[in-house]
Amino acid sequence: MNELPQQLVNGLLLGSMYGLIAIGYTMVYGIVQLINFAHGEIFMVGAFGALTVHMYLLPDGTSIWVSLPLMLLGAMIVSVLVAIGAERFAYRPLRGAPRLAPLITAIGLSLALQQAIWAFYPNAKSKLAFPQIEGGPFSFAGATVQTGDIFLLIAAPASMAFLAYFVMRTRTGRGMQATAQDPDTAKLMGVNTDRIIVVAFALGAVFAAIGGVASGLKYGQIDFKMGFILGLKAFTAAVLGGIGNIYGAMIGGVVLGVAETLATAYISDIPGLDQFGSQSWADVWAFILLILVLLFRPQGLLGERVADRA
Amino acid sequence: MRQRSLIAITAALAAGALTLTACGSRDDDGGSDSGSGGTTVVIGVDAPLTGDLSALGLGIKNSVDLAAKTANKEKYVEGITFKIEALDDQGQASVGQQNATKLVANDDVLGVVGPLNSSVGESMQKVFDTAKLVEVSPANTNPALTQGVKWQTEKVRPYKSYFRTATTDAIQGPFAAQYVFNDAKKKKVFVIDDKKTYGAGLAATFTDEFKKLGGQVVGTEHINPDSKDFNAVATKVKNSGADVVYYGGEYPQAGPLSKQIKEAGAKIPLVGGDGIYSADFIKLAGAAGTGDLATSVGSPVEELPSAKEFVANYKAGGYKEDFEAYGGYSYDSAWAIIEAVKKVVEGNDGKLPDDARAKVVDAMQDVSFDGVTGKVSFDEFGDATNKQLTVYSVKDGDWTTVKSGTFTG
Repeated sequence: MNELPQQLVNGLLLGSMYGLIAIGYTMVYGIVQLINFAHGEIFMVGAFGALTVHMYLLPDGTSIWVSLPLMLLGAMIVSVLVAIGAERFAYRPLRGAPRLAPLITAIGLSLALQQAIWAFYPNAKSKLAFPQIEGGPFSFAGATVQTGDIFLLIAAPASMAFLAYFVMRTRTGRGMQATAQDPDTAKLMGVNTDRIIVVAFALGAVFAAIGGVASGLKYGQIDFKMGFILGLKAFTAAVLGGIGNIYGAMIGGVVLGVAETLATAYISDIPGLDQFGSQSWADVWAFILLILVLLFRPQGLLGERVADRA
Repeated sequence: MRQRSLIAITAALAAGALTLTACGSRDDDGGSDSGSGGTTVVIGVDAPLTGDLSALGLGIKNSVDLAAKTANKEKYVEGITFKIEALDDQGQASVGQQNATKLVANDDVLGVVGPLNSSVGESMQKVFDTAKLVEVSPANTNPALTQGVKWQTEKVRPYKSYFRTATTDAIQGPFAAQYVFNDAKKKKVFVIDDKKTYGAGLAATFTDEFKKLGGQVVGTEHINPDSKDFNAVATKVKNSGADVVYYGGEYPQAGPLSKQIKEAGAKIPLVGGDGIYSADFIKLAGAAGTGDLATSVGSPVEELPSAKEFVANYKAGGYKEDFEAYGGYSYDSAWAIIEAVKKVVEGNDGKLPDDARAKVVDAMQDVSFDGVTGKVSFDEFGDATNKQLTVYSVKDGDWTTVKSGTFTG
């Protein structure tokens, strides 16, 4: 039986998840040139926010169709609050500082958020079960999609479309573009850059929260370090797609996800590469791909920005 | 502006300090009551008390605590009060080694129970052996730990101070293979492991025996334990035409793996070793786990007559967590140390000798008593002489006993 359609779907789903988180990295980088390493943790607290709504705020036995929108809302509120708080108290005071200072702050914040959940969230020292959608799975064209994945399949493109509309058509979106091009001139033209930066953090957090809920639904469990590896992968996806470019984030995510999946599925069939084909090698192949792309297109797949700042 | 950055720095420092306190406070978690005078002997415990494997690790810690308390209550060793010192290794070899060093530095520690993971055990053995401190693992199953890396051809015991009450993978893997081939009548297996000392070793011994019996291995795969997306692997399993999956690894990965394999459309059981025999496996696999199998060392603790008392005492002890797969073995491991200490103390006019650690190691070799899991004694390699194994299956959201037996090669 041909497993290619199924493997492509697997890769697409994994990649959409990377993409949703990569958007946050790329937007923040595009505007303030900060690699926000705490963004993976924004994703993680979003998932915990959703779980809190499910476990502590809603009565037991609430239908998932009722609770899902509320969980999504809860996830977004928690993620956005944490992201705005991080921007306000950790990054803004360091805006004029050398580049390394906010970067180190981001790494420290990432550890602090992980450990805070570890220490204070009830039972978070081991994995927590996340509510699941009953029913399914659905099959078409030789591939199977689980019910929990449907959310991701709808949410990822919808988020992307919304973001494209927001950036291109709204006043705030154009303000973001202007700030990304040149913050000082944008300020002179009357753009409130402080506000624009907060909006960028908040928007990234919204997508991270959607990703957090999608991850819970897809894997049925969440834990306090779920954001770490995924955050690194999403950062990789953002670089692969061209950091600073929002479409690049999604494209980079999907390319990375599909590459990992296909490496797991097919590398072992190549004679002589048998032992390099297992899933434990998938990351290696994904990073080889990243290196190759960056060798020939240092700006990433879609990136327009060519090292215009030191 | 200056003041603002001050606030930010203070907030960051406060958050950092809070986390650090949280980390610090979990370590030195004694637990047993001291008092009643005399000499205090500390039994060290090393297990993953936080993180993915904490369900098993906390069961180990609590069971050792129960053994120490029982010995104190019965005044089992005259003039000696037992205390435990539990350290968290988070399932990581590097942390385990630091813990080993820490335990060695405490002169009151005369024996250590742990660790859970074979890979952690590997990193601790030498530290303990150099200090002549006895280590009894309730859960390490990799054969190389007691019989040397070339255990298949030439058995050499690498460390004299290392013992275990668990049965090795050299027995567990083949036992599972015989059950899968002869009893469950599955002929085509897909073997997956997590590349760790325990998982890869178990998968290898299973594969050898399964092939010997005439079964067919239709695919192999190694997963990345940091990942939880195994869909690509699951699709491969489905298309391989296998009628059973063998997984060498632990439940944090086995649960999602089982779920994703079933979701991919392969309605075949996943079989694993004692590493997946945990209530958390069922929680993580969900409904997909029904019908999955696990082998575990020893007879089911709940069914042994010798274990009734342990189960009752554990309940009475008021421990928050279940004793899980290794509870009985941990209790026996701790009790073996207590027996050894008793022998040393009684051989020295009721006092601890100066070279107590070395004496305890020697005494451990000849320990023999009826424990929770049956007769507890050690062979010339430090392995348990009890080679009982049991197959369990997931039914109605719980593990049920399928078959118990002794592997005879």
